[in-house]
Amino acid sequence: MSALAGLQGSASAQDVQEQRDAAGGGRRWLPYLLLAPGLVWLAIFFLAPIVLLATTSLQSPVPDGGVGAYQPAFQVSNYTEAIADYWPWFARSLTYGLVATALALVIGYPLAYVIAVRARARPLLQQLLLVAVIAPFFVSFVLRTIAWRQVLADESLVVQSLKALSVLPEGARLTATPVAVIAGLTYNFIPFMTLPIYASLERLDQRLLEAGGDLYAGPLTTFTHITFPLSLPGVVAGTLLTFIPATGDYVNAAILGGPSSSMIGNVIESRFFRVVDYPTAAALSFMLMAGILVLVMLYVRRAGTEELL
Amino acid sequence: MAARLEGGVGADGGADLHLERVSKTFGPAVAVDDLTLTVPSGSFFALLGPSGCGKTTTLRMVAGLEAPTAGRVLIGGRDVTATRSHQRPVNTVFQSYALFPHMDVLANVAFGLKRRGKKDAVRSAREALELVELGHLAGRRPGQLSGGQQQRVALARALVNRPAVLLLDEPLGALDLKLRRQMQGELTRIQDDVGITFLHVTHDQEEAMTMADEVAVMNAGQVEQMGPPEELYDLPRTSFVANFLGQSNLLQGEVVGERGGALEVSLPGGGRAVLPSARAAATSGSVVVGVRPEKVHLIPQAVDGSDGSRDLDEGHGAANDLGTGRVVDVAFAGVSTQYVVDVPGAGRLSVFAQNLGSSVRVRRGDQVRLACAPDHMFGLAGDADLSAGLGTSGTGGDAAASSSPAASDEPVRAG
Repeated sequence: MSALAGLQGSASAQDVQEQRDAAGGGRRWLPYLLLAPGLVWLAIFFLAPIVLLATTSLQSPVPDGGVGAYQPAFQVSNYTEAIADYWPWFARSLTYGLVATALALVIGYPLAYVIAVRARARPLLQQLLLVAVIAPFFVSFVLRTIAWRQVLADESLVVQSLKALSVLPEGARLTATPVAVIAGLTYNFIPFMTLPIYASLERLDQRLLEAGGDLYAGPLTTFTHITFPLSLPGVVAGTLLTFIPATGDYVNAAILGGPSSSMIGNVIESRFFRVVDYPTAAALSFMLMAGILVLVMLYVRRAGTEELL
Repeated sequence: MAARLEGGVGADGGADLHLERVSKTFGPAVAVDDLTLTVPSGSFFALLGPSGCGKTTTLRMVAGLEAPTAGRVLIGGRDVTATRSHQRPVNTVFQSYALFPHMDVLANVAFGLKRRGKKDAVRSAREALELVELGHLAGRRPGQLSGGQQQRVALARALVNRPAVLLLDEPLGALDLKLRRQMQGELTRIQDDVGITFLHVTHDQEEAMTMADEVAVMNAGQVEQMGPPEELYDLPRTSFVANFLGQSNLLQGEVVGERGGALEVSLPGGGRAVLPSARAAATSGSVVVGVRPEKVHLIPQAVDGSDGSRDLDEGHGAANDLGTGRVVDVAFAGVSTQYVVDVPGAGRLSVFAQNLGSSVRVRRGDQVRLACAPDHMFGLAGDADLSAGLGTSGTGGDAAASSSPAASDEPVRAG
């Protein structure tokens, strides 16, 4: 607190440093030992498959070989052909992913705000709301998506009501449309959006909002200048946790969509398992990964959150 | 820099602040109870009281962060009771500083000006930072500053808006003693410079007395007494004020007569005191009389019972005999020495004697007679609680360290 205490503080920090150096000799390997299980795990289940996938993506068919027979090669044309054939699916996946992320943000932010800020004074309500956000995880992802097919089915209450209200024209349907796929994606990823934002807002110091009001900022200005910037780390984490898996998702499109709304994940799935065209599937996977990586890096840089984290 | 705020309140020189029968309840708890207060334009006004006395709630009602349950708040004659904080021409220096962690220092200071669409917000913000001598740290984040620097940024951020009233919510509470002293001086200087009305909330009586032109002592949601610090110190009207603002020796007495504007009171220790009737709240029956420790004289008694130094009381005209007792504690505090004397029947009285080097040394166990001048005594209502304001004295926590040496300074200032 005082200058004196500050000096003492730095002095004791120095002591600790010296002690650490003195005792350090034998302990230097400890961090690596602690890291080892994770590193081994990543090497076996991430690094090795990536290398395999990379080599597969460059393989060429065995001349006169059977279906699914490929040999090692350096066939870059796998990539160019894949992008030429499947770019509409890429575009569609990115669009669906972006729209679903935006919708999840629009729905998830207010939800997180209410739980973290408005319900702060009532811990029981806060707990209940949090449980309600997490509860869907107790049911499997696929089952939840199948349930959505029921919700959006032609004879369902939703579709019947929309038709009665003339929002949906007679004869129209929701299943097998982009609407159903995006709705499913949004629904499935809302918790991934809500929880990080909740974590950010939960730490929000109410006194900063009072200071905003004291400095002539109305409620809206206080939100845009103080609350939202301070919750940005949560927003960035939430949008990444939603956008990355949503773009690569194929379950929603498979269960809720039709041929006109299938995504790149569905193409990769059918290339791998039905057509047994491993090189194309691997090349598509790699390009999806690279595309998402580039977008995410641009986004994180644009959001400028590294100084907030 | 001349700024005019919404509602036509001229910010130059500040505006007066008027609280009219303001109450605030939180459920069954009454935080502020029918409070009426006027803070004159351009003054440095301190709200002093122990924690939980309602002073911060009062400040928050002025800031618009809390809505009064009843009553009106007027700033510069305009009723602002129904307006929200961002519509009021006041700014607050928060106890926690509440600096925006995601903005640099300059952006923090310019925040209020920008919200009001001031053209040269950034230039004014730089000037304000120069005023608090932090111009070189404009690009830093609040998290990279020390507590004292953050405090100055918070001050600059509020002052730069030239509010009609600047509210200070225990702004020095988190600083260490030395820094607090320095900031006290600086705040007073800045207030002199800008002339804005300052409303300062504090639990530190020394801070309130050194800084403010006028002090309102609050207790249990109400103002106990209000006035310039010298006046409050010299003539407290309640036992709470007598004990909370500085220290007092309070004695339960009985009025035995009144002659020529002077009240004669018999004291429990067998002593007898005379004080001007004008300085007493009650002029008949039971009365509590008090005197500040530094105004009590110690007269060492020789073993044979005669006064060891008759010159002492002659020199000071100490005509009132407060009784004879034994010294039970002696504490040397540099400027003065503090004695505790156990007077049979009257309890323990404290005496602060200046260390002038000429007075006779008194040791623990010595027998002494206590005397004081009639004009230095004050009389409180007979039913006053002698221990009111004692447990909550404005010297808790960190302040304890600051107030014992401060107490020894008091005689110099108040005498």
